[in-house]
Amino acid sequence: MSASATATLAPTSLAELTEAVRASDRVLAVGRQTKPALSTVEALKLSTLALSKITEYDPNEFTFSALAGTPLKDLIAALAERGQYLPFDPLLVDAGATIGGTVAAGLSGPGRFRFGGIRDFILGVRFVDGLGRLLRMGGKVVKNAAGFDVPKFLVGSMGRFGVIGEVSFKVFPRPPCSLTLKLKPNGIAEAAAMMSELARSRYEPDAIDLLPGKNELCVRLAGPAAALKDIAAQIVNKWPGETLSLANEFALWSGLREFTWADAAGSLIKIPITLAVLASFHEKLERIDGARAHISAAGNLAFVSLPALTPTAKLDGVLTELGLTGMTLRGSSPALIGKGSNTDIAKRVKTALDPNGKFPSLEGC
Amino acid sequence: MAATTIESLSALLPRERFMARPEQLTAYESDGLTAFRAKPLAVAIPETTDEVVQLVRFCHREKLPFVARGSGTSLSGGSLPVQEGIVIALNRLNRILRLDPHERIAVVQAGVVNSQVTAAAAQHGLHYAPDPSSQTICTIGGNVAFNSGGAHCLKYGMTSNHVLGLKAVLATGELVDWGGSSRENVGPDWCGLFTGNEGLFGVALQITLQLLPRPEQYHTVLAGYRTLEAAGEAVSAVVASGLLPGAIEIMDALALEAAKAAVHAEYPAGCEAILIVELEGPRETVTIEREQLDAILAASNPVEMRAAKDAEERLAIWKGRKCAFSAVGRLSPDFIVQDGVVPRQRLGEALRRINEMSREANIRCANVFHAGDGNLHPLILFDGREAGALQRAEALAGKILRMCIEMGGSITGEHGIGVEKRDYLAEMFDNDEIDCMKRLRAAFDPLEISNPGKMFPGGRAPSLQQHGLHPLEEAGLISRE
Repeated sequence: MSASATATLAPTSLAELTEAVRASDRVLAVGRQTKPALSTVEALKLSTLALSKITEYDPNEFTFSALAGTPLKDLIAALAERGQYLPFDPLLVDAGATIGGTVAAGLSGPGRFRFGGIRDFILGVRFVDGLGRLLRMGGKVVKNAAGFDVPKFLVGSMGRFGVIGEVSFKVFPRPPCSLTLKLKPNGIAEAAAMMSELARSRYEPDAIDLLPGKNELCVRLAGPAAALKDIAAQIVNKWPGETLSLANEFALWSGLREFTWADAAGSLIKIPITLAVLASFHEKLERIDGARAHISAAGNLAFVSLPALTPTAKLDGVLTELGLTGMTLRGSSPALIGKGSNTDIAKRVKTALDPNGKFPSLEGC
Repeated sequence: MAATTIESLSALLPRERFMARPEQLTAYESDGLTAFRAKPLAVAIPETTDEVVQLVRFCHREKLPFVARGSGTSLSGGSLPVQEGIVIALNRLNRILRLDPHERIAVVQAGVVNSQVTAAAAQHGLHYAPDPSSQTICTIGGNVAFNSGGAHCLKYGMTSNHVLGLKAVLATGELVDWGGSSRENVGPDWCGLFTGNEGLFGVALQITLQLLPRPEQYHTVLAGYRTLEAAGEAVSAVVASGLLPGAIEIMDALALEAAKAAVHAEYPAGCEAILIVELEGPRETVTIEREQLDAILAASNPVEMRAAKDAEERLAIWKGRKCAFSAVGRLSPDFIVQDGVVPRQRLGEALRRINEMSREANIRCANVFHAGDGNLHPLILFDGREAGALQRAEALAGKILRMCIEMGGSITGEHGIGVEKRDYLAEMFDNDEIDCMKRLRAAFDPLEISNPGKMFPGGRAPSLQQHGLHPLEEAGLISRE
């Protein structure tokens, strides 16, 4: 690895960030690097950690803006003080993940089931393009249709099209209470059927997650306490299960959020899936040594953990076979594995935003 | 454009689906922004996605501009034809290809009408959330092009938040296939970038939409207030309470007058504004939250407050609201609907300033707005037969847009820039930002043949002006919002 691959600059203002992009030939923004696989590429690293500030927060508008390096933890605490939250359950909060890194990785957690993922809450962005220009796209109000929706495009773009400096988000009032049920499906087919039924039920669950390893389906409800109790009683009447204590509920969701179930030294991969492929996906995973999966958002999102010694090529093969694509968060596999989508338009858009190739490409990492 | 080009183009479709005689083109001259019209060279009516692809490839080869169009309900002139190009009318691509209750998705062709998606999903207890006021006629393809909104955007978002997958033909004739049935994605969000492109990137052919469970119960309250400020304060109180209503709407006195005349809606007397707030969810939740909402509203000093007792009363409340715009046609022969956004807390101030500006200009202005998300819809009334009246109305509209930018809002919440607001894009974004958008546009459409003259400042001027209600509006089939 050359010196430039490890060098890091840490700009302290958006002006310095812009200048740093202008002055370098090959750069990639990084935050706390809680998703290290996304930045294992040779480039000068621009750390956003000194860009940590909530620049605007108006609870009555349901919006805030923050610099890219602001830790999720700080944001969540500031919102909680005013009874608000990011409904998509951002991940790796205790690990120190930043809001900018979360946008660039396009990562949402279990709460994305009810009101949508990070793409559905981002309103605007200030980013530096490959021409070294600090640009504002989108807006700061909860509804806006002016101009192309570049903020959404940057969700999941892994810093390959520009460096995110500041983001604006919509937030929601936090429901007064939550309650989690642990149901016991008998096998993956029954789990899929239960997720399907719960997802379109009148109960409007907050999260529906199948835990790794065992046949445990967790359903989180959110709303006024008395209503949750009534709804929970009806659900367990239909599918036997238990209501978790507050302490167990907290431990469950924070464990999923921080990936405490996954192999810390191994690979961790995010895979968008569907209920239709869930059974065959699971069956194929079982044939990979030590593979474990957390299925989130009622069968729309899988996080797969592989031990360090298991080659990711096997998983890559499974994904290609099923027509799925995965994003490596931890581990040595390329950032994107499985079914590829290398289109001409993707190259032209890359050239439009980054004509000189200052940022690494999605393919070359 | 040489007549031979049109002739060779016509060979792509059967004669009855290719129109080039002037009298056949008249119906396509205008869209929901009736102030402008332009006659295209021809109108092509494909019935299959393959025909659309062939048409676009032909246009690309011949550098022939095209405007893809659904039902033409755009309020920003987004589907206004270009005189030197053709219209590709997508209404016959109207099949719902797949409706999967387990995955809660619908795969539809671009010409499927918005409300038909919900109608088809209803048997499974599902619905398609975005509900623009023209939902009984506007198409999903148009909704995708302009990222349409509706009355439920604070809670559910806009069209873009419900598009999971897209197949489209780009202006270059290339086919793309982004996203799919999953609600999640990895890599850059191409569906997010394409939605709201205002037709400048190409034509959506097939769209995968997410469906949501239909709320089990609603609680819809209508409250009348002596002043607009009082209604605005009630909104603030609701928002501060921690409730997340599905919709919060306000209508002012002039809009009420119109709605009363049009649908014989009954509103409390002596009110300068009425507020509609709707909660929705499982019955257990709504039962508890309704008490909370009713107490907040009762404490906000309304003149009168009434809750819909059943589905019929709820629909009556919404009918008065959704018809408000076309109803204004009874007060004035012509009007412009504006679509600015301001931070919600500044709604009261924005309305005061709109009233002042409208008094100064001596132009009447009715106001209907999505109070939950700060989206204003001032209706600027004028008579197009008076010399200079349209220009004066547009000048007032421009002042309102500038006020929205100055307040930190947006020049469009849900109608898009189109032809109407393109001169104001440069007031919201600087030169570098507009350059970046133009570079993106060039990546998708280097020849600038797909819906040319829209969104960017300095585009070609649309031509003739038209006067009066849109014929469909007059017939009560569509409404503007």
